[in-house]
Amino acid sequence: MEKEDLSEIMRQHPFLAGLSFEHMQTLVGCATNVRFADDETIIHEGQVANKFYLIRTGRVALQMDVPGKEPLRIQTVGPGEILGWSWLISPFRWHFSGIVVLETRAIALDGECLRAKCEKDPSFGYEMLKRLSQVMERRLDATRLQLIDLYDTAARAGR
Amino acid sequence: MYVVELNDLQGLFTALSQQGYTIIGPQVRNGALTFDRMTSVDELPRGWTDHQDGGMYSIARSGDDALFSYTVGPHSWKRFLFPARLRLFAARREGKGFAVDPPAATPAPPYAFIGVRACELAALDLQDRIFMSGQYADAHYTAIRSSAFIVAVNCGRGGGTCFCSSMGTGPKARDGFDLALTEIMDGERHAFLIETGSSRGKDARAAMQAREADPSEIARAAAVSRAAESTMGRALDTSGLAGILAENFEHQRWDDIAKRCLACANCTMVCPTCFCSTVEDVTDLTGDHAERWRRWDSCFTSDFTRVAGGNIRMSTRTRYRQWMMHKLSHWVEQFGSTGCVGCGRCITWCPVGIDITAEAAAIRGANVATTNG
Amino acid sequence: MTRRAQSALAAAVDPMTPTPVMVRKALWENDDTFTLTLDCAPLGERYRFLPGQFNMVYVYGVGEAAVSISSDPARPGTLDHTIHRVGLVTTALAQKKRGDLIGIRGPFGSSWPIEVARGKDVCIASGGIGLAPLRPVIYAMLKDRDAYGRVIVLYGGRSPLDLLYRVELEKWANDFGVEVLVTVDRGDSSWKGHIGVVTSLFQYIKLDARETIAYVCGPEIMMKYTIDELDRRGVPPAQMYLSMERNMKCAVGFCGHCQYGPTFICKEGPVYPVTRVRPLLDRKEL
Repeated sequence: MEKEDLSEIMRQHPFLAGLSFEHMQTLVGCATNVRFADDETIIHEGQVANKFYLIRTGRVALQMDVPGKEPLRIQTVGPGEILGWSWLISPFRWHFSGIVVLETRAIALDGECLRAKCEKDPSFGYEMLKRLSQVMERRLDATRLQLIDLYDTAARAGR
Repeated sequence: MYVVELNDLQGLFTALSQQGYTIIGPQVRNGALTFDRMTSVDELPRGWTDHQDGGMYSIARSGDDALFSYTVGPHSWKRFLFPARLRLFAARREGKGFAVDPPAATPAPPYAFIGVRACELAALDLQDRIFMSGQYADAHYTAIRSSAFIVAVNCGRGGGTCFCSSMGTGPKARDGFDLALTEIMDGERHAFLIETGSSRGKDARAAMQAREADPSEIARAAAVSRAAESTMGRALDTSGLAGILAENFEHQRWDDIAKRCLACANCTMVCPTCFCSTVEDVTDLTGDHAERWRRWDSCFTSDFTRVAGGNIRMSTRTRYRQWMMHKLSHWVEQFGSTGCVGCGRCITWCPVGIDITAEAAAIRGANVATTNG
Repeated sequence: MTRRAQSALAAAVDPMTPTPVMVRKALWENDDTFTLTLDCAPLGERYRFLPGQFNMVYVYGVGEAAVSISSDPARPGTLDHTIHRVGLVTTALAQKKRGDLIGIRGPFGSSWPIEVARGKDVCIASGGIGLAPLRPVIYAMLKDRDAYGRVIVLYGGRSPLDLLYRVELEKWANDFGVEVLVTVDRGDSSWKGHIGVVTSLFQYIKLDARETIAYVCGPEIMMKYTIDELDRRGVPPAQMYLSMERNMKCAVGFCGHCQYGPTFICKEGPVYPVTRVRPLLDRKEL
C-alpha cells in the first residue's frame, strides 16, 4: 500500500486524532498495514516487544498464561483501540499474549523505528507518550474495576 | 377557658370510662414514670418528680401534692400506636400451598391518653406524617390514632434534658389535643385550667364540674408554662442546622462520638418519633401455621443496612451519623420538619450520656466540651 | 366468598399482606440466578406494574425479599422475577418449582420514565443482575419500536456463563435492530465477545449525546463509573436515570431501612433521576 493511503487510514484512527502533519509523516515511516485471521497469535507473552498496533477492525483478546489453569483472557481490544505499549518501556517484552478473536485489520508500527524517532525528536516522543499515557490511565481504571469483581459483590437479591 | 378543682377531676376519668375508653396515664413503676392502664385520678403519681441529666434518671418525692410535677419518662405514646411487636398477618398451610388470613380487625377499645406533654403531641404529629399521610397508611396506627382521646398536660417545670422550647414544640400545648390541662397550685388551692381542642373535648369538659376561668387563673396558668420554659436543662440552636449537618458529612466529630457510643439503640427505643421496624417470620413446630411479626428496629443494629453483598453502614460512626442526620437534617426534606421534638429522652437514657444538643453544637462549630466521655 | 378470595381482598386493602400466587415456571439463568414465572391471576385485574417497579416476594414461613419485576408490563398476569440466590429467602425461592405457591405484594416504587425517550436514542447500561429491572423497558420499547431512535443495550457480566437472557439479547439484536454490546470481566478461548468492564463498551458506540436518554442499573460502583462515562461523552445528567438498592422490609415507607440520605428508596426510588442522587453516590456509608 502507498504511504499516502496509509497516512489517510491512520489519520482516521482515534489514537492519532489531531496529530500534526509533520508527526504523521514521521509515524508513517514506521507503519505497515496488516491483517490477522481468527485465533492467530499476534504477540506472545515474554517475547520481545517490537510492534505497536492500531486496531482498525476486529477484536484481539489479551491473554495471560496461568500455570496449571486455562489461560485467562482479561481484556479485548477492538476498532479504534491500540494493542501494546511494551515497545516503549524497557525491557521491551510483552506482558501478555494477543490472540485474534475476530479477524483483525490493523496498522503495525515498528517499535525500534518509533523509539529511534522519539529519541531524535522529543516533541514527537512527547506527543506519543501523552497519547499512550491516556490509554494507560483508562486501562488502569478499568483494571481496578475488574479487581473489585463488582458483579459478584453486587449481584444481590432485590434486583 | 375553664377550671376544674382537683376533687372534680375524677369526673373526666369516669366519663371517659363510661364512653368505653381504656385510660392510659403515667404511673410509678420500677423506679420510673411509665404509662399504664388506670381508672382513677388516685392512680396518678401524686407527689412525685424526676431528675434527669445525660445518662441519669431518678424519681423523688416532690414535697407537694402535684399530679404532674415530673416531665417525660422512658415510655412514649408510640408504644400504643406503633407497638414494639405487632402481628402483621398469619398464614396456614393448605395442601401443597398456603393461605394468608386477613390481618386482625381494628383493635378495641379506644384509648384515652392522660398527661400527653407538648413535645409528645409534636411527636404524634410527626408519626402521623409517616404512618397516615403518605401513599400508604398503617392500618393499626390509623385505627388507634383516630379513635384516641388526648388529654394534654402543660409542663410546669423543665427537665434536666428538656429542650422543647428550642424545637418550637413546647412547653405549652397549642393543638393536637382534645383537652389540655394546666395544673395550678396556690397555697391550699389545687385546680386545673382546661382548654378544649375538639368537640369531643368540650363534651368531656361538660361532664366535669368545670366553671369558666377568671383572668387571675389564666394568668396563673401562663406563669406555669413560663416557669417550664425558664428551667429547661438543654437548648439546641436549630438555625440552618439541617444544612450544616449535610455539609459536615465527613466531620471529625463523628469519630469522636463513635468512641463513646455503644450502639445500644437505647436512644431510638425511647425516642417518640423513631419509627424504624423490621419483620420476623415464624412458624410453629409443625409448620402448619406461620406468622409475620413487625418489631421495633434501630439504625444502630448491625443488620439494619445488610444487603446480600455486604453491609452499607459498617461502623458505629456511620450509624450514629445516620441517626442524628436523619433526625435533624434528612427528616426536614422527608416530612417537612425536624424529627426531634426536644423531649431529651435520648440524652437521659443514653448509657454514656451522649447529648444530641452538644453534638449538634460541636458540628456547628460552637465551643462545646465533650460530654461524659 | 371463599377464604382465598377474602385473603386477596384483604391484600388489596392492606399493603403488608401477601397474596399467594402460583409458580408457572422456574428457569435457571446461571449457577446461582433463576427466573420464576408466576401466574398472577389471584392479584386481580387491577394489578398493573410499570418498568422498574418491584414486588415483595414471600416464602411461607421463611420471609420476604424485594425483587424487581423483569417481565413485560403489557402482560401483568404473568410476572417474571429474576432472583440471585444469596440469602435465606432467595435460597428458599430457589427450591420453588412449577405448581408451588409463593406470596406477592406490590408493585412498589418508582419506574423508568420511558415516555421521555420517545423520539430519542436510548442507552441502557447494565451490569450483572441489573439487566433484570431493565428488561421491562426493553419489552415496552420493542412493542413500539418506531417511537424510539437507536436502542442500545450495554451489558456487563462476570463471565460468559453468568450472563442473563442470552437468547433474548441475540433476538433483540437480530429482530429488532437493538445495538446489543455484551462484555465480561473474564473470558476463555470460547468467548468471542468483548472482555473488559462495561464502561469500555462506550468507545464502540458513537452516541448522539444530546439526543440520548440513559437508563443505568447494576452494582452501585458500576453505576457511578457508567454515569461518569456518559457525562464525559456529553450526555446531560438530566437525561440519565438509575435504580438503587437497599435493605427493605416494608416497601411502603414505614420501616426506615431503605433510607438513602433524605430519600426512601421504596417510595422515591428505586429509579431516580441521576441529578437527584449523584451527590449521594460519593457519600460513603450513607
